[in-house]
Amino acid sequence: MKALVGLICGIVFGVGLAMSGMTDTAKVLGFLDVTGNWVPDLAFVMGGAVLVTLLAFRFVLKAKRPLLNPRFYLPATSVIDGRLLGGAAIFGIGWGVYGYCPGPALAALTYLDNKTGMFVVAMLVGMAVANKVARN
Amino acid sequence: MLEYITAYTTPLIGGLLIGATAVALLYLLGRIAGIAGIVWGAVSAQPDNAWRWMFIVGLLAGPVLYHLVAKVPYPEPSPLPWWQAVAGGLLVGFGVKLGSGCTSGHGVCGIGRLSPRSLAATITFMATGIITVYVIRHTLVGTWL
Repeated sequence: MKALVGLICGIVFGVGLAMSGMTDTAKVLGFLDVTGNWVPDLAFVMGGAVLVTLLAFRFVLKAKRPLLNPRFYLPATSVIDGRLLGGAAIFGIGWGVYGYCPGPALAALTYLDNKTGMFVVAMLVGMAVANKVARN
Repeated sequence: MLEYITAYTTPLIGGLLIGATAVALLYLLGRIAGIAGIVWGAVSAQPDNAWRWMFIVGLLAGPVLYHLVAKVPYPEPSPLPWWQAVAGGLLVGFGVKLGSGCTSGHGVCGIGRLSPRSLAATITFMATGIITVYVIRHTLVGTWL
């Protein structure tokens, strides 16, 4: 059942990404290019998504537990530290370098462009390196 | 006016679908729909992992389904060189792991739960993304690439 939930949520998420233009690096880079020929489309994606979570999460989190698991798995830390901001800053640079964040990069794999495959492999390597660094 | 409305309808509906997924995942499994976290959990063999792998399968299938059913062509492949894809991927992977989240985890879910941590992360990666594109496209650095 949990696997089925995962599958359906993944499909809808993937449809949402493709539909919204997030899997199009030209649109993403155009959105980040605020001083150039700005493409505002993706503000509506983030706006629409956050609108839903802002309205619905508070009701969902009022429950004692989720429907199919014993508890909610939420981040334990609330500290804003150098690791959080440094990581976010580096992520943003990478996003601006090529135009993919993790979800759209995976979703765009099925367009069968070699460079997307390279991006995803490099992303996994980057995660593994950060995991090593953060442990030491 | 009307053309503006229709031009932004698909991004808005796409965003609503992404938000709805995040709500469903939290309501049903108690999980955050952060792609960086889901991918890392899947490849690092966390317990209770089936839903993560199936989510990734769905994430790959969703766009195929969308382009097929809506008869929308695939986006143009990126004109950027391969090494820029590799550099971008390395930075994105390193950054999201170190910073515990990406656009979906911090941006969509974190802000949805009013987490100051996620708001700070989102402002930071939006800012560095914008600065990076500015530097590459509108300064001399761009001419070296």
